Amino acid sequence: MSQNKGNNKRKEEEEKRIISDAASEEYKYGFVTSIDTHVLPKGLNEDVVRTISRLKGEPEWLLEFRLKAYRHWTTLKMPTWGHVHLPPIDFQAISYYAAPRKQESGSKEIDPELKKTFDKLGIPLEERLRLSGMAVDAIMDSVSVHTSYRERLAELGVIFCSISEAVKDYPDLVKRYLGSVVPYTDNFFAALNSAVFSDGSFVYIPKGVRCPMELSSYFRINAAQTGQFERTLIVADDDSYVSYLEGCTAPMRDENQLHAAIVEIVVEDRAEVKYSTVQNWYPGDKNGKGGIYNLVTKRGLCRGDYSKLSWTQVETGSAITWKYPSCILKGNNSVGEFYSVALTRNYQEADTGTKMIHLGKNSRSTIVSKGISAGHSQNSYRGMVKVAPAATGCRNYTQCDSLLLTPTSGAHTFPVIEVGNDSSVVEHEATTSKINEDQIFYCNQRGISTEDAVGLIVNGYAKEVMAKLPMEFAVEAQKLLSVSLEGSVG
Amino acid sequence: MLVVKDLHASIEGKEILKGVNLTVKPGEVHAIMGPNGSGKSTLSAVLTGNPAYTVTGGSATFYGKDLLAMTPEDRAHEGLFLSFQYPVEIPGVSMVNFMRAAINEKRKYHGQEPLSASEFLKLMREKRAVVELDNKLASRAVNEGFSGGEKKRNEIFQMAMLEPRLSILDETDSGLDIDALRVVAGGVNKLKTDQNATIVITHYERLLDYIKPDFVHVLYKGRIVLSSGPELAKELEDKGYDWIKEQVDNEDKK
Repeated sequence: MSQNKGNNKRKEEEEKRIISDAASEEYKYGFVTSIDTHVLPKGLNEDVVRTISRLKGEPEWLLEFRLKAYRHWTTLKMPTWGHVHLPPIDFQAISYYAAPRKQESGSKEIDPELKKTFDKLGIPLEERLRLSGMAVDAIMDSVSVHTSYRERLAELGVIFCSISEAVKDYPDLVKRYLGSVVPYTDNFFAALNSAVFSDGSFVYIPKGVRCPMELSSYFRINAAQTGQFERTLIVADDDSYVSYLEGCTAPMRDENQLHAAIVEIVVEDRAEVKYSTVQNWYPGDKNGKGGIYNLVTKRGLCRGDYSKLSWTQVETGSAITWKYPSCILKGNNSVGEFYSVALTRNYQEADTGTKMIHLGKNSRSTIVSKGISAGHSQNSYRGMVKVAPAATGCRNYTQCDSLLLTPTSGAHTFPVIEVGNDSSVVEHEATTSKINEDQIFYCNQRGISTEDAVGLIVNGYAKEVMAKLPMEFAVEAQKLLSVSLEGSVG
Repeated sequence: MLVVKDLHASIEGKEILKGVNLTVKPGEVHAIMGPNGSGKSTLSAVLTGNPAYTVTGGSATFYGKDLLAMTPEDRAHEGLFLSFQYPVEIPGVSMVNFMRAAINEKRKYHGQEPLSASEFLKLMREKRAVVELDNKLASRAVNEGFSGGEKKRNEIFQMAMLEPRLSILDETDSGLDIDALRVVAGGVNKLKTDQNATIVITHYERLLDYIKPDFVHVLYKGRIVLSSGPELAKELEDKGYDWIKEQVDNEDKK
């Protein structure tokens, strides 16, 4: 036998090596910050809800809101319809509040340990260090650590702060909009969040203002055996515009941690909101141990005529993802968009998609979903397009593609389409493909290694969605995709 | 530069190459002709390391190095280039990104710094001219929505960018009209030096009117059964392959 057999064998071994290297590759953000943290004892009951509200110094109406949500939650069962293996969660084994002590005491100064943590994550909190001119609300566990550029934004009337501060400083606005898009009765996790939500960001863009910089929230889970339940509320008044970014990471732990957030967005007449997420929660190890359960309710209400809401998400993290950023297109001629790339590997499971509810006449929506599955992962698209009988002249275009990198991974789609009138047009296109050996060999022949070729091909496949992300974010997301893919082809 | 000895290769257990011998020196142009199914494309795939094929015997060296022991990308870095018969489309990956990755990987292999963006774009402009490739094509995704002729032109453009020592042109003439053929062949001729070599795989003599070979080989039943000067191409055009087939088949019977 010639060396060629040996060559094939070597190639095979090389591939195995790459695969095992990548699988064991450290999650870059998996470190733990050692910081004095105030953690509530585990368990959930009315007293815990009252304690959270008291610790945050909340007004009576908000406590009432929480208690109603809690009482409703106790009547609900955890849903099981997702195409994921979500084990029963012991809600009494989780702590619902964890706060770095210094921040909790209301100190204006940032704890140096916290500052170091966010520096390490690439999120400098000092404004002078920020070149990109992006305002950041940094949230660790249950509290907001720091919000930059607040004063400058305030000159334009833009409110950007933590939701806890907003409750104190702008109670009328919060009272008016909180729960108006996602009521606490919406679903199991929404009820839970409404009862125990800790912090999150609040954004208000006044009439006619185009927010001059990207606003962003950075969520970090640090404490063990806690859940993160943040709540974000964005209101864009008439003729305003804002682009909002969300990033998230967590330490590597063997246990699963729960993240059950709510994002509510209200878009008034002719206003536009762009909401972009790069989700990189700890996905668990190569055997599927640990990782974040990301069970999130995100919804926007395009209330005004000619309003527009655009969701863009790049999902690479979490052991289990369950989220459907949706648009209720109430205004006439309103526009909803959903662009998503979901990459799963190892034993990750993602069940994600969107709902476009057309209530306004001539409202339009676009859905572009790109799933990429590697390892033993399962990746599902679940979507609903609903056109109300009175909503004439609506249009929807849905494109839903799946790319399989390994024979052991799975891709699934669960689309629901309901059209209530004759003048609306709904299109749905779906494809499933395997990564193409010919494409990889073509790259190899031009001197590009298989690993880099897969990165190129997948980034090309996801390009339509990546192009929707703001510039700096797109570069990050591209790197994240390539890194997450290393050695994923077998 | 290239020495192939008694090369055997199979795909899915079926033996296609049954002992190919071939020597190529710098400055030479070799034409490999032969009827359909004789193993021409297999030879190019095996030399460039396509994993779909298994080499079952023989050897191939390139500048003294064992070609068959190298990964496909290292063969490329050593200066082996294949102009594909059917170039694949890679949606969403721009030609610019694709070529930059290819060039910089090669530079890395040879211990050179990556090209800066401006140097790279300058190189693109220069090389595009060789095959009159439209700027619009160069900024589109790799082969996506290209016509047959544009794809082939794009292959030669990549060849110009990578400056290989040995290029294999696999049926580069197929699907080309006469004008496109002239442009593509013209590009190949412009890139010709006494330091590099070309293997032209084709079944028609037509391409050889434009790219003049020094040697013509006939591949049949997985072996080179006849080698001669450029006049052989003309003879094949006039007489077809049957007379060679007959000769070989009779030999086999003995």
